Amino acid sequence: MSRLADDDVLPPGARDGGTPNELADPSAAPEPELPDLDGSLAVLRQGLEAAPEFRSGLRGAIVLAMLSAVGRLTVPLLFQQILDRGVRDGDLRVGFVTTLCVAAFVVVGVVLIAQRFASLRLWISSESALAGLRTRTFAHIHRLSISVQNEEKRGALVSRVTNDVDTIAQFLEWGGISWIVCVTLMVGAFAAMLVCSWQLALIALAMLLPLVPILRFLQRGMVRAYDRVRSRVSDTLTHISEVVMGAAVVRAYGVEERTTATIDEAIDAQYQQQVRANAYSAVVFPTGDLIGSTAMATVIGLGAWLGPDWGLTSGRLVAMVFLVALFLEPLAELSESFDQTQNAIAGFRKILGVLALPVEVPDPEPGVELDDGALDVRVDGVSFHYGSGGPLVLDDVSVYLPAGSHVAVVGETGSGKTTFAKLLCRLADPVGGAVVVGGRDLRQVSGAARRRSIRLVPQDGFLFDVSIRENIRLGRPDATDAEIDAAFGELGLDDWVARLPAGLDTRVGERGDSMSVGERQLVALARAQVASPGLLILDEATSAVDPDTEQAIARALARLGEGRTTVAIAHRLSTAEAADLVLVFDQGHLVEQGAHAELVALGGRYAALYDSWLGNTKA
Amino acid sequence: METTDISAADADGSVGHVFRRGLSLIAVYIRCHPKPFIVAVTGAALYAVTTVATSVVYGRITDHVITPAFDPDAGVTSSAVWAGVLAVVGVAILRALGIVGRRFFAGMFTARNQATLRRRVLEVYQQVPLAYHRAHPTGELLAHAEADVMAATDLLHPLPYSVAVLVIVVVSAVALVLTDPILAVVGLVMIPVLAVLNLTFTRKLEPLARASQEQIGEVSSTAHESFDGALVVKTLGLEDVEVRRFGHEAEILRARRVAMGRVRATYGPAIDSIPSLATIVLLAVGTWRLSTGDVTPGVLVQFASLFSLLTAPLRVISYLFFDFPQSLVAYARIRGVLEEPIPPKVTGTVTTLPAGPLGVRLDGVSFGYGDQQVLHDVSFEVPPGGTVALVGATGVGKSTLTQLLVRLADPDVGTLAIGEVDLRSVDPVGLRDDVAVVFQESFLFATSVLDNISLGAGFERADIERAARLAQAHRFITQLPDGYDTIMGERGVTLSGGQRQRVALARALVRRPRVLILDDATSAVDPTVEAEILGALRRELETTLVVVAYRTATISLADRVVFLVDGAVRATGTHAELLASEPAYEAMVRAYEQAATASELAGEMTGSGTEVHS
Repeated sequence: MSRLADDDVLPPGARDGGTPNELADPSAAPEPELPDLDGSLAVLRQGLEAAPEFRSGLRGAIVLAMLSAVGRLTVPLLFQQILDRGVRDGDLRVGFVTTLCVAAFVVVGVVLIAQRFASLRLWISSESALAGLRTRTFAHIHRLSISVQNEEKRGALVSRVTNDVDTIAQFLEWGGISWIVCVTLMVGAFAAMLVCSWQLALIALAMLLPLVPILRFLQRGMVRAYDRVRSRVSDTLTHISEVVMGAAVVRAYGVEERTTATIDEAIDAQYQQQVRANAYSAVVFPTGDLIGSTAMATVIGLGAWLGPDWGLTSGRLVAMVFLVALFLEPLAELSESFDQTQNAIAGFRKILGVLALPVEVPDPEPGVELDDGALDVRVDGVSFHYGSGGPLVLDDVSVYLPAGSHVAVVGETGSGKTTFAKLLCRLADPVGGAVVVGGRDLRQVSGAARRRSIRLVPQDGFLFDVSIRENIRLGRPDATDAEIDAAFGELGLDDWVARLPAGLDTRVGERGDSMSVGERQLVALARAQVASPGLLILDEATSAVDPDTEQAIARALARLGEGRTTVAIAHRLSTAEAADLVLVFDQGHLVEQGAHAELVALGGRYAALYDSWLGNTKA
Repeated sequence: METTDISAADADGSVGHVFRRGLSLIAVYIRCHPKPFIVAVTGAALYAVTTVATSVVYGRITDHVITPAFDPDAGVTSSAVWAGVLAVVGVAILRALGIVGRRFFAGMFTARNQATLRRRVLEVYQQVPLAYHRAHPTGELLAHAEADVMAATDLLHPLPYSVAVLVIVVVSAVALVLTDPILAVVGLVMIPVLAVLNLTFTRKLEPLARASQEQIGEVSSTAHESFDGALVVKTLGLEDVEVRRFGHEAEILRARRVAMGRVRATYGPAIDSIPSLATIVLLAVGTWRLSTGDVTPGVLVQFASLFSLLTAPLRVISYLFFDFPQSLVAYARIRGVLEEPIPPKVTGTVTTLPAGPLGVRLDGVSFGYGDQQVLHDVSFEVPPGGTVALVGATGVGKSTLTQLLVRLADPDVGTLAIGEVDLRSVDPVGLRDDVAVVFQESFLFATSVLDNISLGAGFERADIERAARLAQAHRFITQLPDGYDTIMGERGVTLSGGQRQRVALARALVRRPRVLILDDATSAVDPTVEAEILGALRRELETTLVVVAYRTATISLADRVVFLVDGAVRATGTHAELLASEPAYEAMVRAYEQAATASELAGEMTGSGTEVHS
C-alpha cells in the first residue's frame, strides 16, 4: 500500500543547483565525499558539547518518535482485530467493535495532542541551541587574530554563523527528527510484522535489503551530479557578472558577439548538467517503490499460499500488507534526511573548526594600566611571522620612539611596515622580543587600558551604518554630544561638518559607503581625537581623494598629533619629510632610521626613493 | 517567450487573482517549451491513475486472494495468487514509469525555461545603453539574471506533481462513491476538513516563514558588516557591543522560528492524524456494513488505502499560496528588464574613417543622465597625432566625456567628430578598430592573459607580446605560472591593480588604435613605470592620445591640457600656461600631487586597502 510519499522534495540545492550564498563562498558548498560514520559521530558528539541546549531537544525527539510510531501503528492493528474478530458468524459484535474503535480514536487523539507539545518543545530547544551556537561562534570569531579575519576569509566566516548554522537547523527540523522517527517507526512496524507472521516478516526484510546498497549507489551518483551542477552554476555566474561588470569594456571593444557565445555555452553546459542530475533524482524514488512493491507482492503471494499452514489469519495478512507499507514509507524520507544529515555534519564540522581556533591575543587578568599623556615606545628584538611557522615578516627589529615624537614608517609592500604598526597596538603578539609602551610590556597591559591609550586609525576607514555621531561614540561610549562636537572643532573640521546634510546626525550608509574614502578617514580621525590616546598609529590612505578633503585630512592629522606620540605608515613623502623620525623597512628588517634630512644625506635606500619622487613629480 | 500581461506589481493579493496570474505565467512557460511539459503531465497522469489503481488492486486481492485463502470452505487457486502478485508488480512498474517520466521531463521543462529566461535577460544587458548599467547596481543586475530567474520558475517544478495530486483526489473521490456511497460519505467529509486545515496552516505559516527568511538576511548582513569592520571592532574593543548586536538579531530569528514551530507543531500532527481518525471511523461503520454483507473486507482495505493518499493536497495548497506569489513577483522584475527599450542598430549610410592619424573635435557637446546634467557645452579639438590631457576634480564629467568619445553614449546636444566624421555616422564596427579606450577600472575576463589582450580577435602572438612590452606587462606576465596562458580571476591568478591596468592597456595597444583614450588608466601603476609607458607610447605609436590624468608627470606630457570645472571647459592651454593663469588649476594640481605620489613609497599599490601580510 503506497502512501503518497513521493512529493517533490529534492536534496538541498538540487532544485536550483545551489543558493547564491553557497556560490559566493565555495567553502560553504556541501562536501562531495561522503563522511565516514565514526568521524560523523565524533562531530555530532562534539557538536552536542558545543551547544548543550541540544541535549534536552534530543530527549524531546525520542519522545516524539515513540508517540508518532504508536499513532501510526494503531490503524493496521485495529484493522487486524476487526477483520478477524469484529464479525462472528455473520453477526456484528457491536460492543467489541465500538470499544476498539473508541479506544483507537482516543489513542490517536492523545498522541496528536502529545505530539503537539513534544514537537513544540523540541522546536524551542533546538532554536535556542542554534541561536546560542550562532552567537558563541560569532563572539569567538571576533576574538580571533587579524590573520584569521582577513578579507579573503570574511565570506567564509559569515557562512559559519549563517549557512552552516542553517544547515543544522534544517537537519534538526526535518532530517534529524526524521532519523529518529523513521527508525523508531520501522523498528515498531517490523516488530508488529514479526508478531503477525515472523516468516513473512523475515521474507519481506530479505527482499528489501538490496534496497540499501542500490539507494546508496544512486545517491552517491546524485550527490556528485549536483556537485557538477553547482560548479557549472558558478561558472555561469562568472560569465554573467562579466557582462554586467565588464559592460563598458565589452562595448568599447565591440566583443558583444563573443561574449554572447561564451554565455550561451555556459548556460547550455549548466542546462545539460541539470538535466543529467535530474535524471538521478527521477530514478531514485521509483527504484525504491518498485523494490518495495515486489516485496509486497511476495508477502501477499506467499501469505495466501502458505499462510494457512503457518497459522495466519486473513486479518493478520491484511495487517501485514499495511505494516509492510508502513515499513517502506519512511525509506523515502530517510534517504532525504541522509542528505540533510550530511550537510549538517559538514556544517557542524566547519563551525567546530572555527571554535577550535585558539585566541592568540588573550587579555591579561588583571592587567596593568597605562599612564595618561604621550607614551614612549621601545621595540626590543621583535620578530614576527603569521600562523605557525612560515617566513619571518619582521626579523629582530629594535628601535626606541620617544614620547611625543612623530614617526613615519616607510617601505615597499611586503617590507613589514604594516605588521610593525600592528604589533604596536597588539593586534598580534611578537614571536620573539617585546613591545614596551609607556614602560609596560604590552602583553601585561589590560585590554581596556590598551584600547583607550593606543589608537589605530586604519586606512579603510570602516564605519558602521549609524550616524556620524554614533560612530564617534563607538570610540568612547561615555563621550557627550558636546565633546563630540568639540572634537571636530579641534581638528578644524567645522566647515566640513556644516556641509553635511544632517550635520553629525548624517547616516553614513552600509560600511560608510555613502561617504568618500577621505570623509571616512576624517570621521576615523575624530573618533581618535575623542578618545585622546597617548599613542596614535595611523595607516595613511593610498587611494587618491579629492583636494579639499585631502587638505582637511592633512590639517586634522597635524592637530590630532599634537602632544601625542604618532606612528604613521606613510604613503606620502610629505609625511616622511615632516616626521621627527623616519623608519625604513625592507624585507622585514629595519634598514635605516633618522630624520628625513639625515637619511637623504646618507644616500641609501631612502635617498633613492626620494630621488625617484623628485624626478617624477617635479619633472 | 511571450510577455503577456503578468505583472505582480499591483498588490492585489486576492487568491483568485494570484491564481489566475500564476496560471497565465505557467501558460507563458508552456508555450515556450511545450514538449517536455506534455510528457511530464502525461507521466503525472499515469502516476495518478496507477496510484489509485494500487488501492483498488489491494482491495481486490483482499477479496479474491486473501479472504478465500483463509476460508476453509473456499480456498484459493494458484492462478488467482499469481494474478494478484502480477497485478501488484505490473501496476508498480507502470507507476514507476509515470514517476520517471514526470520527474525527468518536469526537471527538463524547468531547466529549459530557466536557460531561456537567462539568455533573454543577458541579451538585453548586452544591448541596452551603458547608462542602464550605470543606473542599476551590479548586485541587482546579477540578481535578475540569477536569483530572479530561479524564483520566477520556482512554480514550474512542482507543477506536474500538483496536477497528479488533483487527478488523484478526483479519481479517488469517484472511486469511493462508485464502490460504496455510504462509506464514501466518511471520505467526502474528510476532504474538505483536510483542505480547510491545510489552507489555514499555510496561511498562518507563510507570513511567519517569510519573516524568518527576512531575518536570516538581517543576521547575515549584520555578520557581514561586523566582520568587515573586524579591525575597527578589535582596535576599539567593541567585541561585546557587536556580540550583543548580533545576539539581538539571532534572538529575533529564534523567536520568529519558534513562532513558526508553534504553528507547525499545532497543524502538522493534526493534518497527519486526520486520515488515521477517518480510517477508524471508516472501520467502525465498515464493520457494520460488513456484518450486513453490503461490503467486503476488500472494500475496507481499498478505502483505507485511498484515505492515506489524501494527506497529499497539503503540498498543492501551499504551492498555490507560497510559490505562486513569489514567482510572480520575480517574473515581474525580469519583465522589467526584458521590456527595457533597445536602441535601434545604426542604419542608413555609414562612413568609414579616413586613413592616417585621426583628429578629435568636440563641438558644443552637452550630456546628462536623466535630470542630472553632466557636461555643458564642451568644445575642444585634438589635432591628429596630438596629446591632450583632461584635468578636473572627481565627478566633473571626465569619464563621461571619454565614454562619448568611443560612442558608448551619444551627446544630447552638439557633435563629436573623429577624423572630421560625425561619430553618429561612423560604422560602429570600424570605430572599435580605430578608437580604443582604457578605463581606470581595468576589467579582466576569467580567461587567459592572452585572451584578455586579444579578446578573441586573431592577433599574431608576436603582436600581442609587442603590445604587452609596450604596456610594461610582458615581464610580469612571463613570470606568471603559465605565462600568457595563465587564467585570471577567482579560480586563477589575481593580479595587482597596477598589473591589471597594464594588461588592459596592452589590450588597447594590440589593436594599434589611431585614437587612444586613457581614462586614468595607469593610476595604480608606479609613476616611474607610468612615465616609461607613456614615453614609449608617444615614441612608437602613431596615435592621437586623450588622457584623463592626475599626476603632474602625466599631465606635463600632454601638448595641451583641457581644464574642466563643473562639466564645462574652464580653460585650455599647456600645463605651464594653466599653472600661471588659473589659480584653481594650480591648487588642484598641488593637492593631487600630494595625494597621488603615494605609490613610490608604498611600492606599487595593490589596490587592496589593508595589507595584512606585509
